[in-house]
Amino acid sequence: MSSNGDYYLPDPSPWPLVASVGLFTLAGGFVMLVNDVNVAPWVMLIGGLIIAFMMFGWFGVVVKESEAGQYNAHVDISFRMGMLWFIFSEVMFFGGFFGALFYLRNLAIPWLAETDILWMGFDGGWPTAGPMGAELLPADTVAGPGQFSTIGAWGIPVWNTIILLSSSVTVTFAHWALKKNQRTALFVWMVITVILGFLFLYLQAIEYIHAYTELGLTLGTGVYGATFFMLTGFHGFHVTIGAIILAVIAIRCLMGHFKPDHHFGFEAAAWYWHFVDTVWVGLFIFVYVV
Amino acid sequence: MSVAHTETHDHHDHRPSGVMRWLTTTNHKDIGTMYLIFSLMMFFVGGVMALAIRAELFQPGLQLVNPELFNSLTTMHALIMIFGAIMPGFVGFANWQIPMMIGAPDMALPRMNNWSFWILPFAFTLLLGSLFTAGGGPASGWTLYAPLSIQGGAGVDMTILAIHMMGISSVLGAINIIVTIMNMRAPGMHMMKLPLFVWTWLITAFLLIAAMPVLAGAVTMLLTDRHFGTAFFDPAGGGDPVLFQHIFWFFGHPEVYILILPAFGIVSQIIPTFSRKPLFGYDSMVFATAGIAFLSFIVWAHHMFTVGMPLAGELFFMYATMLIAVPTGVKVFNWVATMWRGSISFETPMLFAIAVVFLFTIGGLSGLMLAIVPADFQYHDTYFVVAHFHYVLFSGSIMAMMAATYYWLPKWTGRMYSEKLGKTHFWLTTIFFNITFFPQHFLGLAGMPRRIPDYSVQFSEFNLISSLGAFGLGLSQLIMVYVIIQCVRGRAEKATDQVWEGAEGLEWTVASPPPYHTFSTPPTVR
Amino acid sequence: MSRVFFRLRNLLRFAVTAVAFLPFSAYSEWGLNLPPPSTSIAGRILDLHNAIMLVCLVIFIVVFGVMFYSLYAHRKSRGHKAHQFSHNSKLEVVWTVIPFLILVGMAIPSTATLLFMEDTTDSDLTVKITGYQWKWQYEYLEHDISFFSNLSTPRAQIENREPKGEHYLLEVDKPVVLPANRKIRFLLTSNDVIHAWWIPKFGVKKDAIPFYINEFWANIDEPGDYRGQCAELCGKDHGFMPIVANVMAAEDFDAWVVDQQAMKVASAGEADRTWTMDELMVHGQEVYFQCIACHGDQGQGVPPTFPPLTGGAVTTGPIEEHINVVMNGRPNTTMVAFKDQLSDADIAAVITYERNALGNSMGDLVQPSEIKALR
Ligand code: HEA
Ligand code: HEA
Ligand code: HEC
Ligand code: CUA
Ligand SMILES: [Cu+2]
Repeated sequence: MSSNGDYYLPDPSPWPLVASVGLFTLAGGFVMLVNDVNVAPWVMLIGGLIIAFMMFGWFGVVVKESEAGQYNAHVDISFRMGMLWFIFSEVMFFGGFFGALFYLRNLAIPWLAETDILWMGFDGGWPTAGPMGAELLPADTVAGPGQFSTIGAWGIPVWNTIILLSSSVTVTFAHWALKKNQRTALFVWMVITVILGFLFLYLQAIEYIHAYTELGLTLGTGVYGATFFMLTGFHGFHVTIGAIILAVIAIRCLMGHFKPDHHFGFEAAAWYWHFVDTVWVGLFIFVYVV
Repeated sequence: MSVAHTETHDHHDHRPSGVMRWLTTTNHKDIGTMYLIFSLMMFFVGGVMALAIRAELFQPGLQLVNPELFNSLTTMHALIMIFGAIMPGFVGFANWQIPMMIGAPDMALPRMNNWSFWILPFAFTLLLGSLFTAGGGPASGWTLYAPLSIQGGAGVDMTILAIHMMGISSVLGAINIIVTIMNMRAPGMHMMKLPLFVWTWLITAFLLIAAMPVLAGAVTMLLTDRHFGTAFFDPAGGGDPVLFQHIFWFFGHPEVYILILPAFGIVSQIIPTFSRKPLFGYDSMVFATAGIAFLSFIVWAHHMFTVGMPLAGELFFMYATMLIAVPTGVKVFNWVATMWRGSISFETPMLFAIAVVFLFTIGGLSGLMLAIVPADFQYHDTYFVVAHFHYVLFSGSIMAMMAATYYWLPKWTGRMYSEKLGKTHFWLTTIFFNITFFPQHFLGLAGMPRRIPDYSVQFSEFNLISSLGAFGLGLSQLIMVYVIIQCVRGRAEKATDQVWEGAEGLEWTVASPPPYHTFSTPPTVR
Repeated sequence: MSRVFFRLRNLLRFAVTAVAFLPFSAYSEWGLNLPPPSTSIAGRILDLHNAIMLVCLVIFIVVFGVMFYSLYAHRKSRGHKAHQFSHNSKLEVVWTVIPFLILVGMAIPSTATLLFMEDTTDSDLTVKITGYQWKWQYEYLEHDISFFSNLSTPRAQIENREPKGEHYLLEVDKPVVLPANRKIRFLLTSNDVIHAWWIPKFGVKKDAIPFYINEFWANIDEPGDYRGQCAELCGKDHGFMPIVANVMAAEDFDAWVVDQQAMKVASAGEADRTWTMDELMVHGQEVYFQCIACHGDQGQGVPPTFPPLTGGAVTTGPIEEHINVVMNGRPNTTMVAFKDQLSDADIAAVITYERNALGNSMGDLVQPSEIKALR
């Protein structure tokens, strides 16, 4: 443990290398998967396990160092800035997909509809599965072959919005409790937040099954299906990660981690959760409502 | 990894030995060294591919490689040079220099720093491995335009995943750099006192965080279009191939400034040193850099003037692109003004820096010509563009890295390189570079398209000259490798701590070579 | 600072006089500049190009004139002592504003030229161009004429087995025929990946975006042969996808149209008559030209992507499957359905040819009428 000046500098660590090996294995396995290589799931599993192992190891060290008080305020600022910039990179990632949605919807589809010489009879509009895609039915109607319908905003999606927004509130309550060192309230609010998170995912899963089995709405349903599932899918993936992180944080709260004036791990998770929440609001407006 | 803590008392040199030192290190100098070695290796791998391209283009007809392999070589050459040579190279310089320049003990997030690096060898294994798959490597150009990139086999998927990994590496590295600069400055090191290399890297890091995730999104859409039935780029499902280009270039144009801003920073360090005079117009340099960064996000479609955008779009992107000449011009003028009435000497780093200013401007001016929409209809996708970007990339970025190598190598190794070899390397590089790429302007104007393995006979002479130049250029680089090895192995004269008479800044106040940990107690900057 | 300005002014004067007298047109003859224009668009672009190049050259000479003077005069070995100034607000404003004004000066003619180019109204004739991997299709929408245009340079020249001809790689089996002095509107699209249609002397280059339409126009001054190439990477044979325009005087063009229509009527009957083996083989060899890019001139293919036809399972197997592959293609491969591209006679001939040449000798043949029946 070498501490230079007032800034904590960690010892050499094997975990980054393990992380890279895990990432490589996972990526390699994924390439095999999409190219129908038999062993692909196993390779991916190994990659996933290495990454899980790495996370336990790496985060374990970090938690230990943190609880041992090795991170002073100066280090804490680095972590905070790091997290904020990481979230910014995620914003840009989603930005790419939102950009694709706006472009397709407001530019590409009207252009296709204008080119009568190639696409006679396609008159655009949104939602659409494109000139060769399935035919659109009113929202939430059961679709037959060659048809699809969309998920209306005012069913489960609006409930999901309420759920996620409340979870953002509850995680803030937990934060206040932590700052006042009310440990029970902290834990209770955390548990509620985690439950809301998983409830969201559960409802989202029901929606997906509904879409695939009844509405004829799949990833392959032209640009509507593509943008819909990629945006909500990546969001759902982030919610999953966020909910797991929150669960871990809740357990750490139970174990007595975090102090009223020193709880970066908690805050990072909360920020991430707010970010995921904000993205959902964007999704709700631009994917479901408009 | 329980290496015996025998050195615990000497906390200045606490590290495992042998390979484990490099695999597990959290030290910015070790990591910087690894980045730089990696970059040099990739420069040679990409360079060998360039030489294969030039060998095929030596004369008309198909000789050495078949058209598929040729396309793969072009694609790989660019991806490796950009993501393997230039970006890691600059991150290597940042790792070594930024903590020393701002008086910090290390990077802010040292373990993550190690991870940023160690992703890269794996990513490039995946990328290079694609060449050995049944369908061959990616053959759609480094721009990976859909729907061409929808065709092709597992090699394309490997490329996509490799790009994801490089993206993670770059974003993490960039976060680290920003945090280091914002949070680790020594007392008194105000923002407007930061050396320009640090400033340019701060802004570059911002560009990286903003641009790389967008590229990740673009290639993800490609992947799902290839394998999961999405229709982002398929008109039958309402998609648009041009959408890919928009997303790609939204990343791609900031990317080219990611590749040049640190080079501007390097030049801004070197020219004052050898002019023995402070940098002219420090403030305007900072603002110009920020201005370039801002503009870089609103000019992307100048790569796509021929796709048939609406007129208003073409005009907007033309005007915005032209505007970039203003802040870039400010930089060029500031450099010239820095030299003006200085006391100039011509050691190798200075020679390279002058060449960068001179040759980059040629590339910049041809860039300006490309920005003129009607004229771009003639230049687009010809060797005129190839000439443009090699002038900014090779004589901008790569030669700036060479300048930086000669400038800082004595500091890092404690050994002064051979000035004679350095100058030989400089002149050979500069001359062969121009022989290689200047004729490509004429080829482009005369109508030779890029990315073709064979050409009509009217283009023979200039291609021949260009190929000869390329081989000379490649061979000349061996001198630099020799110089570096000499210094690293301690076979050269000892260097002083100050190294250069006119050098200013914290890095020159520590020993050459600097101790493993510098600035454990922060220096005070007045 | 006034000395700086004085020097700058002198340099500028020198630079302008030196460069302005270089005859730009001379360069294009030597292959050092854009080719001589043959449409008004190309002419305007050339003027614009020359003008901006001149401006860039002048800027370059001025800036580096100053720099090299400084490198010479202010060098240490000459004993020059460094002055320690590092700011001059007035100067900095000047070198921000002047480049900006220069840019405005460049933007104005550029905008005008662009507006001129984008105006496709009032055309006399519409030609639809479709890019395919790796050939072009031309359709004369008003005249109901349509044909494909393939590279006609023999493989032997490409593979250095024969000396290269004058128009190596820039020659096609069937050039697009266009009238001079008429405003031609082009509609451009693609059937697979992105291509770009470009003839340098016309000054037009546009991407062929699959299943979207792009427009441009040209009004060609002189009859003659004009050559260009596909200008967007489109896969393996991107370098082997030339464009040749055979431009005729307007009257000759009208005659050509009449001719083509007559030929079309004549060839309609071709499908119904019975062809001899020799006829099929001769015609088949011509049609096979369209297959060489993928299957090789000797039927060797480019395994593993493009299967060889010599001794292939299909070409030496049941003829029904052979007909099926050629007519309907193979889904999700670059083997497209040729029934949309080739006439009955073409298909019958090429299948017969593939079965009895390229190292195969099946001895059977297909009649165009059989193909017609399958449509
Ligand atoms: C380091 C990388 C780098 C840099 C810095 C630049 C800088 C610039 N580039 Fe370049 N560019 C590339 C890398 C780079 N480019 C690459 C890789 C491609 C091809 C990608 C591909 O298709 O594969 C490309 C392609 C490219 C195109 C598309 C061409 C085409 O495909 O048709 C265009 C068009 O506008 C363009 C423009 C410019 C402009 C205006 C600048 C400006 O930033 C230049 C500004 C500098 C100056 C102008 C000179 C100095 C200024 C003065 C001395 C002041 C006075 C000057 C005036 C008033 C005129 N570039
Ligand atoms: C990022 C920087 C970068 C750098 C440094 C280079 C460096 C070089 N490039 Fe690169 N190039 C690109 C970026 C770069 N390029 C990009 C982005 C493209 C576009 C790709 C696309 O279209 O998708 C491109 C495309 C491109 C083309 C066009 C290909 C085509 O359109 O088909 C050509 C052709 O001449 C070329 C040539 C070269 C050469 C000769 C060098 C030389 O500088 C290389 C110098 C050589 C070496 C460093 C070799 C090392 C030395 C040895 C191995 C010693 C041994 C030598 C011998 C035995 C002789 N490049
Ligand atoms: C753009 C490339 C391309 C062109 C041009 C092309 N083909 Fe093909 N062809 C293919 C590919 C790819 C396959 C393999 C498809 C598969 O994987 O089943 C193929 C398969 C075939 C086969 C079946 C071979 C076998 O053994 O499976 C025949 C017969 C054939 N082509 C005939 C032709 C004819 C006749 C022409 C010209 C009129 C032609 N092809 C032009 C790409 C092409
Ligand atoms: Cu078609 Cu390139
Ligand atoms: Cu650009």
